[in-house]
Amino acid sequence: MIKATINNVEIEVPEGTNILWAAKKAGFTIPTLCNHPDLPPGGQCGICVVEIEGLPGLKRACMTPVGEGFKVKTHTPRVMATRRQLVELILSDHDTSCLTCVKNNNCELQQLASTVGINVLDYTGLREKLPIDHSSVAIVRDPNKCILCGRCLEVCNNVQTVHALAVNHRGSDTLISTAFDAGLGNSVCINCGQCVVHCPVGALYERSATEEVWEALHDPDKFVVVQEAPAVRVMLGEEFGMPVGSLVSGKMHAALRRIGFDAVLDTNFAADLTIMEEGTELISRLTSGKNLPLITSCSPGWIKFMETYFHDMIPHMSTAKSPQQMFGALAKTYYAKEKGIDPEKIVSVSIMPCTAKKFECQRPEMNASGYRDVDYVLTSREIGRMMREAGIDIKEMPDEHADPILGEYTGAATIFGATGGVMEAAVRSAYALVTGKELENVEIMPVRGLKGIKEAEIDIEGTKVKVAVAHSCGHARALLSKVQDQLAKDGKSEYQFIEVMACPGGCVGGGGQSWGSNMAKRARRGESLYAEDRSLPMRRSHENPEVKAVYEKFLEKPNSEKAHKLLHTHYYKRSAVDGKILPG
Amino acid sequence: MNLVRNHVLISIDAGTIMAGAKGVEKALVDEINKQGLSGEIAVLETGSIGATGQGVVIVVYPEGLYYANVNPEDAKEIVEEHLLKGRPVKRLIMTEMPRQQVIRKEKTGLLKEQARIVLKNSGIINPENIDEYIAAGGYEAIERAFTELKPEGVIREVKESGLVGRGGAAFTTAMKWEFASRAPGQPKYIICNADEGEPGTFKDRLILEGDPHKLIEGMMLAAYAFGGSKGFIYIRGEYALSIERLEKAIQQAREYGILGDNILESGFNFDLAVMKGAGAYVCGEETALIESLEGKRGHPRNKPPYPVTEGLWGKPTVVNNVETLANVPEIVRHGAAWYRGYGTDKCPGTKVYTIIGNVATPGLIEAEMGTTLRDIIYDYAGGIKAGKHFKGALVGGAAGAFLGPEMLDVQMDFINLKEYAAVLGSGAILVMDERTDIVDMLQSVLHFFKHESCGHCVPCRLGTKQLVEIIDRIALGKGKTGDIEKMVKISEVMRDTSFCPLGQSLNLPISSSLKYFKDEVYGRVPATV
Amino acid sequence: MSEEKQCQCAEVQEEELYPRLEEVINQHKCKGEDLIMVLHKAQNLFGYLPRRVQEMVAEGLNVSLNEVYGVITFYNFFSTVPQGRNSVKVCLGTACYVRGSQEVLDKAQRELGIKVGGTTEDRRYSLDVVRCIGACGLAPAMLVNEDVYGRVKSPHLVDILKKYE
Repeated sequence: MIKATINNVEIEVPEGTNILWAAKKAGFTIPTLCNHPDLPPGGQCGICVVEIEGLPGLKRACMTPVGEGFKVKTHTPRVMATRRQLVELILSDHDTSCLTCVKNNNCELQQLASTVGINVLDYTGLREKLPIDHSSVAIVRDPNKCILCGRCLEVCNNVQTVHALAVNHRGSDTLISTAFDAGLGNSVCINCGQCVVHCPVGALYERSATEEVWEALHDPDKFVVVQEAPAVRVMLGEEFGMPVGSLVSGKMHAALRRIGFDAVLDTNFAADLTIMEEGTELISRLTSGKNLPLITSCSPGWIKFMETYFHDMIPHMSTAKSPQQMFGALAKTYYAKEKGIDPEKIVSVSIMPCTAKKFECQRPEMNASGYRDVDYVLTSREIGRMMREAGIDIKEMPDEHADPILGEYTGAATIFGATGGVMEAAVRSAYALVTGKELENVEIMPVRGLKGIKEAEIDIEGTKVKVAVAHSCGHARALLSKVQDQLAKDGKSEYQFIEVMACPGGCVGGGGQSWGSNMAKRARRGESLYAEDRSLPMRRSHENPEVKAVYEKFLEKPNSEKAHKLLHTHYYKRSAVDGKILPG
Repeated sequence: MNLVRNHVLISIDAGTIMAGAKGVEKALVDEINKQGLSGEIAVLETGSIGATGQGVVIVVYPEGLYYANVNPEDAKEIVEEHLLKGRPVKRLIMTEMPRQQVIRKEKTGLLKEQARIVLKNSGIINPENIDEYIAAGGYEAIERAFTELKPEGVIREVKESGLVGRGGAAFTTAMKWEFASRAPGQPKYIICNADEGEPGTFKDRLILEGDPHKLIEGMMLAAYAFGGSKGFIYIRGEYALSIERLEKAIQQAREYGILGDNILESGFNFDLAVMKGAGAYVCGEETALIESLEGKRGHPRNKPPYPVTEGLWGKPTVVNNVETLANVPEIVRHGAAWYRGYGTDKCPGTKVYTIIGNVATPGLIEAEMGTTLRDIIYDYAGGIKAGKHFKGALVGGAAGAFLGPEMLDVQMDFINLKEYAAVLGSGAILVMDERTDIVDMLQSVLHFFKHESCGHCVPCRLGTKQLVEIIDRIALGKGKTGDIEKMVKISEVMRDTSFCPLGQSLNLPISSSLKYFKDEVYGRVPATV
Repeated sequence: MSEEKQCQCAEVQEEELYPRLEEVINQHKCKGEDLIMVLHKAQNLFGYLPRRVQEMVAEGLNVSLNEVYGVITFYNFFSTVPQGRNSVKVCLGTACYVRGSQEVLDKAQRELGIKVGGTTEDRRYSLDVVRCIGACGLAPAMLVNEDVYGRVKSPHLVDILKKYE
């Protein structure tokens, strides 16, 4: 343990603790900008500088470990003047059109300027206005807002290992952009949006669809159905000031109804359906022994990542569409038929914790119903904005249930939103499908939690199934590389079933969730999903009565020909240069 | 083997090659052959002799007579008149020399009474021939290290010599080696920083081109001392001739068993590779250099960990400057006590200076630590050019300090200059006479830094940009009240918060220009007068 | 017409260089740390680093493309636009700068109708700046290909440039 004082407050911290965290312990929050709790410090901004008695100059609190006997001062006149000067410099190169910025009121730079007390800006030589990158269907990048903190680079390259973003050019021309400055849409970007939720300013945001949705809602000829992903219900409260991880399923349904959706349905229904399809697929592969391990396919960021970097894993992928797309395909077929609505008139909207879903819904092959399965994807942030615009406060909403016949869900569906959830849900049902008996204890603890790669061995009446779960593409890359090696060496892998989610923490940590994502928030949202699971009367997907009904009335049985046509898909090989589909 | 009557040394370096040295060499050889003198007169290539801006330079021995601005057409006259008849060609004798008309080597302006340790062989031996280096006592030090000193002895000797890094930071060399020697991890690397990018500095080039084996030996000694087994010379991409010579020298050393496995039966394994830089001043900073060696953008790393514990590919790595390493063989060969005979108590040894600007004979000199600026300018560099007066000097490179006339008699060494808020830095001295405009100079320095900032940290990336904005308008006579104060403020924040020395050091030229030339600078901002 | 012909000629020549690049890359297969070295060699071959070269280098050395592009745009040496047959470089080192090299540069930009880093349409010249070529004694200095010109005054510039076809 190291003893030191911070502004005369004595502290004792483990060796290696940096001054930033030590100060927090002493009750002082040192202002920061580039620093992010989940990422290694890069030291770009210099805002967190402090004085240490006896040492020359100022030191960055984020990357200076506390030394024995350090006397740290966090807000001397010199420190404060320096911080102000640095913020002024940042603003001298920043497009300060705050009122019209997507991050207005949520911007860390705005907050910082207010904290350090900036009252004049008299610099010249503002950066020449650069074109905004609109090339991607999911994510917009505005270089004029970028402060080069490097967070997006760190998540894109080191956490996700996608390598879409890089720091290019030099000096005051430095720009974070893609290779050849070609734009995200012409890059290997997987649209996961981790750059978006890590950006402290308004340089990265989703390509919004709110206007189109408003228009559809007010079009009397349209029947607008909405589905909400599991992870949305544990985040939306945050948009209205509720504690992180508040579970608002019922309030969410109520709010959506008040916004004016014609039918408020639920992606969770489709999650249960996914388990039926994917679980059946798992059993058939286990039986045949072919193309093992089976790998989950719910996460569209992961899909594009796999298509770009793991071409040889395509046969291992589950052919099941993601819940969003399954839902979409049923909305314009089964639902339209049952409700007697012309599918032509149905506008299918989804609320997702995800930016990659925007890309997924536009994939050309996602039209098995004869229409686009899903017309518009809104991120959790966007629906939050729409609710505020409509004067709806989720806190004040009653608890309401989703509409039939695509609205019922089990606990197994709701945990899809947390890493390991799909795996756990699949095992709950696969056990029953194989053995005809119900799993006694449905909680499979080894696959829960935020460890990067989790493993478990499931005993299905004597058949041992080794499973693995990875979240974040970086961990997925590590796991899949191991699988590749095993396949190359022994012709088979130690795993039979693998779940991958592109985002850290799974969908609760998705790129469409509220600004300022971090691991602590993701953990709390995940816990909240498991709590909902415990609270629900049904916790196994195959128990869902509406799912049973859809098979009885429409799809016949899991993996039927019709199910295959509507609920399954195929994958492409993509170029590791620009992410485009490769010929052949 | 013939007994040669005359040696004609022709200086081959980047500067003279551009001036046509190769052509002159051919013409001389042809002419000598034509006159049937080939048995008596040998034409030898040598490295830079330390004079720039004087075209092709040759030296005729035994007289030690220097000719400058030699053209191929002059070959006939030199051979007929001087070599055949013993009558020097007056019109070609090096001009811009103080006092004498014919100057013997020891008294030549630039080379006069220079204490030569680092440049001992430059311009004397043929750098492309390892035998000449060996004949001049080369690779004796490594032998002494193997047989007598052992690694601890080398560190001890270098420690006692008081050698500090010549790249600018002036860190004790032996200490770096000791840290690396104690650091866990294998292999350990030695990197020679030859990315000489400081404007107006080309001292390393002289060593690289004039005496490449000295550098190789220096690196071997360093590696031997701290347990390194692989070395890299990170060299400025523009230094094509240096690269060629180094590669040749490395090849020769390998052939002689001086590089490779079990060198001279000592059990010591060591080899070297040359890595070409790609044009980024910031790569002179050791961690940026390491990033660049790893094939990445040259962004500096956070320190600690220092390279001595976690450097190239995470392994213990020593980064030393060319000049630093060039001192080592002489120290090991002659011992610390001998070395301490040069320079001052606190700062032993010599320093190589690149002296440019408004002096009579710009070029390179090696002077003992503690030599005054006055001696360097007036004794070595021939004083200020034709009838002008000393106004000031920018000492230490672009990130150095402006010094006024009151600093002429201050002893120059790493420690002493610190007391005057100045630095020796890379040893560049840009001398200005009264015609030089300080604002112009500052403008150039600031533009340079803006261009070379890597862009990683806010203070440097945006500080340099704003400083350029301000100095540009001051230069145009459109400065605003408070502009100078703002410049000072920005540069202070850069000093305190920049990620690496590049941004940290920019305060020095700004504050020193105001210290010595305050009236001139303020005079350029109309509103403040 | 003749211009068009020339253009195709250049393309054909470039096409012939790819196998040679392949050879270079094969010597450094999967060695990401050799990136800068390989880029040097590639630029020696092509005179610049076109997109296809960058893609091949990235793939061959097993380095992500964004990293390759990031490195190329960081270092002064590397160029992503084709270079002219003659490279004109004006020294902007301190010694040259104070002796008026900016004027020389301005004049060169006007004369050639290109900015720093650019290449004339006929690919006769490309223009760049250097920071000190160690010819401070000759300030202001400029380089055309390997030739150094000292004490350049902007009126001389046209004559110097004319010498290079």
